[in-house]
Formats: sequence, structure tokens, C-alpha cells
Amino acid sequence: MNAMEIRVTSALLYLDGVHVSFDGFHAINNLSLTLEPGEMRAIIGPNGAGKTTMMDIITGKTRPDEGTVLFDGITDLTRLDETRIAELGIGRKFQKPTVFESHTIEDNLLLALNVDHSVKGTLFWRGSKPEAERIDRVLETIRLKDARSRLAGSLSHGQKQWLEIGMLLAQDPKLLLVDEPVAGMTDVETQQTAELLKEINKEKTVMVVEHDMAFVRELGVKVTCLHEGAVLAEGTIDQVSSNERVIEVYLGR
Amino acid sequence: MTPHVLTRSLDRSATIFIIVVAGLGVLIPLLNLLLPAGSMFQVPTYLVALFGKYACYAILALAIDLIWGYCGILSLGHGAFFALGGYAMGMYMMRQIGSRGVYGNPVLPDFMVFLNYPGLPWYWYGFDMFWFAALMVVVVPGLLAFCFGWLAFRSRVTGVYLSIITQAMTYALLLAFFRNDFGFGGNNGLTDFKDILGFNVQVDGTRATLFMLSCAALILTFLICRAVVTSKLGKVLIAIRDAESRTRFLGYRVESYKLFVFTLSACMAGVAGALYVPQVGIINPGEFAPGNSIEAVIWVAVGGRGTLVGAALGAVVVNYAKTYFTSGPLAPYWLFMLGALFILVTLLLPKGIIGTFNAWWERRKPEPLSARTEGGDRQGGVAQPKPAE
Repeated sequence: MNAMEIRVTSALLYLDGVHVSFDGFHAINNLSLTLEPGEMRAIIGPNGAGKTTMMDIITGKTRPDEGTVLFDGITDLTRLDETRIAELGIGRKFQKPTVFESHTIEDNLLLALNVDHSVKGTLFWRGSKPEAERIDRVLETIRLKDARSRLAGSLSHGQKQWLEIGMLLAQDPKLLLVDEPVAGMTDVETQQTAELLKEINKEKTVMVVEHDMAFVRELGVKVTCLHEGAVLAEGTIDQVSSNERVIEVYLGR
Repeated sequence: MTPHVLTRSLDRSATIFIIVVAGLGVLIPLLNLLLPAGSMFQVPTYLVALFGKYACYAILALAIDLIWGYCGILSLGHGAFFALGGYAMGMYMMRQIGSRGVYGNPVLPDFMVFLNYPGLPWYWYGFDMFWFAALMVVVVPGLLAFCFGWLAFRSRVTGVYLSIITQAMTYALLLAFFRNDFGFGGNNGLTDFKDILGFNVQVDGTRATLFMLSCAALILTFLICRAVVTSKLGKVLIAIRDAESRTRFLGYRVESYKLFVFTLSACMAGVAGALYVPQVGIINPGEFAPGNSIEAVIWVAVGGRGTLVGAALGAVVVNYAKTYFTSGPLAPYWLFMLGALFILVTLLLPKGIIGTFNAWWERRKPEPLSARTEGGDRQGGVAQPKPAE
């Protein structure tokens, strides 16, 4: 009940004045950003703008030098490690699709389910019907039901991207961080991925980093453009893409 | 772990493995004890002891495979846990000698009398009782592995760096155990054992029993390893091996998993060492030599990393080759052969003997059929024909 008093923001994710530098290079420079519950946000920006570093900070892989990173208005993410942050309900899809290649698709999802992740819990784990049903539902969503017993390593690039999104779904987080979900996908797959993310957004808050402008337009959500580790512009895709400075950094003028 | 077909074929190989080990565990002692010496099928006692050694090595190989093959932790210091288990058993057998030693001291082992020890060092207390020694066989390696792993895994030391510090660990122990004032017999180690639980270790019957026990321990270790790797925890281990940070971002505490499996593996290595010592009759600091640990990793690589049967098989095959070649004119070249074997296996059989065999077995089957039966089994026999994507 104290939480209501301490809670400083209604935002699900709140970044304020975040700085990170690697050997003198300012990867993130006074970055401030908020994500409201239920929102979907697209993050764009040229290479080296700090998009992936920002995700590293949110998920605990990188510690910021200064600044505030709050989840759900109360939890200071800068003090927690990756495991704790994942347990809090933040899921992440990597830029390069990272699935467990020597496990079957089904097992990939099984491992992602947000059940008891302790050593004891997994050692004495017995499958249950609700778990199997959840896996079935995810398999249906990511359209890999017929391939469930195949090794994840044998999937195409696009399918791996989907499987990884499926693992996020199985994890059932409050916030999904999705890094370049359509890299290397065909136009049809890109289209389907946009639909899938919109579907997911009905229940969850999503942050998508993407280069593909057509895809971002397809999502039709608020866009934040990063540049040199800070927010350059924010608004609809049309507003952002007509912004003088955004055009400048993208075209390198 | 792997597709259904492969798991099934592994199940078959697991059954064969257990039957073969159990069969040999009974047959060899019988052929040794019941047949008259000189008979064609009589197994001489020295061979029983030799096979017993192989069984202990196979347990060590399983322990290494559990962490390396399944969790990607390459320990180049597992011989240390093996040796510690061996020393614990050796200490018990030293205390069993009692006043039958050269100096006839009822409490102090010979080397302590020789080095003018005023009394028994505190860490030798309790080793006159078998149950205590047996406990220490597991506890000492386990505790060392736990402390070592707790520090290393929490600091996220991985890959080659971890391998190097495990080497340093076993080398440090080697130097410590070489010292006379360390209290474990220094250079000479512990030897001149008389009996174990009242049975004379030189007698054929005791040797045959020790061999049987080694086979039983091998089967038990195999079953424990199998239970671990086929559980969901085993899937997590493989996940850690293949994509450690992904596993972390899913909310698994990777360091706890590594610590668990590393400690378990060290305990198994300790048991192997404890069974080894009464059969070879000596334990000395040479067992801590970094080369021993590396050799054990080669057994696993040759047999098939990530397959339990392979690890055990590799230990036996390589050690048989070692026995064969080091007792002939080729003896001086054994280390070159071992090195060449490792290079050849890495280049030509990266999956090892069993891994290559499994891959070949998989390929023999027509592709669409196996895909269909897989899907069918998972869905409870509802095999709908579908094109494999």
C-alpha cells in the first residue's frame, strides 16, 4: 500500500537523465523516455544512436553511470540483474535471433514459460496440462504448430524471429522489448509480424526497435527517434519523418 | 533434449550400456574366482584390477561430460576432485594399518613417524571410521567445487578463463600435496595399504568385490547423470551451454545451475577416486597433475561429448589404448599418440564416437517418415501426414 505513495509516475517504464559511456564514448547521453501501460512504441534512429544500449540498460545487462530507470513506477531497475528483471516481467528479443538451437521448438517455449525457474523446481519438474495448453496457444500464434518437434536450429531466419517472439509470449511479461523483429524477413513475413505485434499489444506494453520504415508505418504507433544517445524527436511517423533534424541525421547532412 | 527419435535411440543405448556394465561386473569376478588358474577363460587378477581402474575412469568421464558436454563448463582440473576423493579413502586405509606399519605406531601412519610428527594432525581425526571417510570422499571435493564455483560463476568467469583457473587449482593442490609438512605423505603419498573394512586388499576376493562395486558405482553415476540431463534442468543446462545470456533474460539464475551441476560432478569424481585408490594401492600428488585432468577431457571428446555412453566408452577405449601402447616398444611415444588422437578426433569426429554413430543412425532413416512419427508421438498418435517444411 506504500507503493501508491512512493510511486512517482504512472508510466510502466520511466527513464530520466540516463548516461552511459564506454571508455569515454557517450553511448547514452541524458536520455529521458516514458512508456505508458498498454502502449506500443517504435524506436528508430541511425546506427550507433544507442537503441540497443538502451535495451541493455532496461534489462540489466549494462549499468548506467547516472540517471533513473523505473519499472512500474516503483522498481529501480539499475539495482537489479538480468534474472531479477526478467522475473519482474520484462522480456527481450535480441537483434540477432537467439533461440536454443539444439532444443526443439516446443522445448524452447517450455523453457521460456514463466514457471518455477529454481534449480530444485526444474530438477523435479513434471509437465502439466495448463503448461502444455499455453505452449499450444503460443505455437498457434506464431504459426509453428506443425513444426513443434523440429530442432530450432533447423528453422529459417524468419521462423527463428517468430519463435523468439513466441518465447517472449510464453514468458508472459508486462513489457516486451523487441529489437529489430523484421530484420531479414520477406515483405509478407514483415506484414505478418506487424499484425502479430499489434495483436500482442492488445494485452501488453511493447517497445520495438526497427530500421524498416515501412514496418514502423504499418504499426501506426508513436515513434521516438534517437540520435547520439538522446531523444531527437517524438510523435507520429509522419511528424517524425518530416522533422528537419531527423532528415538531417538520417541523410547525414 | 533432442528430437524424439534421438532420445529413443539414446534410451536403447542406455539400456545396452547398463546391461553390458552389469554383465561384465558379474562375469569378470566369476571368471577370476571360480576358474582354476591357467584355464583359458580365467581372468587373471591383474586384469580385474585394470578393468576396475577403467570403471573408475569411466565415472570420472561421466562427471566431466555432465558439466562440459551438457553445460559447456570445460573444467581442466577435474582430476583434483578425483584425487581428493582418493586421498580421503587413502587416509582411511592408512589408519586401518594401525600397528602393522614398519614403525609399529598404533595411531600414526609410517610417514608421520618418519617425519617426527608429535601427534595426529586434527584433519586426520575421524578417518579411522569408514563411514566418516566415505562421507569425506563426497564432501571434500563437493565443498571445494562449491566454493570454487561460487566465486567463479558469480563473477561470470566462463570459457577459456574458467578452464585456466581450474588448471591453476589442480596445480596449486599438486604443489601443496607435494609438501611433507602438509600432512598427506608428501611426495610418496599414501600407500602400503593392508585392508579395507577388514578385508585384505591384496586378496583376489577383495579385488573382485572392488571391481564389482566400481561397476555398480558406474551404473549408479550413469543413472544419476541421465536423470539430471533428461529432466527439465537438463534442458536448462543445454540452454546455458548454447545461449547463456538468453537463458538469463528468460529469468534463470545461470550461476545457480552451474554451481549445482559443478558440485554434483565434483562429488562423482570424488567417488571415482575413492574406488580407484584401493585397486591401484597408492595415491600420491601425481594424481593432481594438470595433464591427468586434460587426459580425462580427451576421453570425453573421443567418446562423444554430450552423450553419457560416449563419455564412459571414451574413457575405456583411450585407457585401453594407453595400457596397450605404454606396455610395448611404442611406450615413449604415447603422449604424441594421445595428442594426435585428440587432433584427429577434433578434426574428423567432432561429435566423438557415439555422437558420430548417432548422426549416422539418424541419417539412415528416411526423412519424412521420421518427421511424421515424431509429430505423431507428441500428439498422442494422431499422425496427420503433412509436408515437412
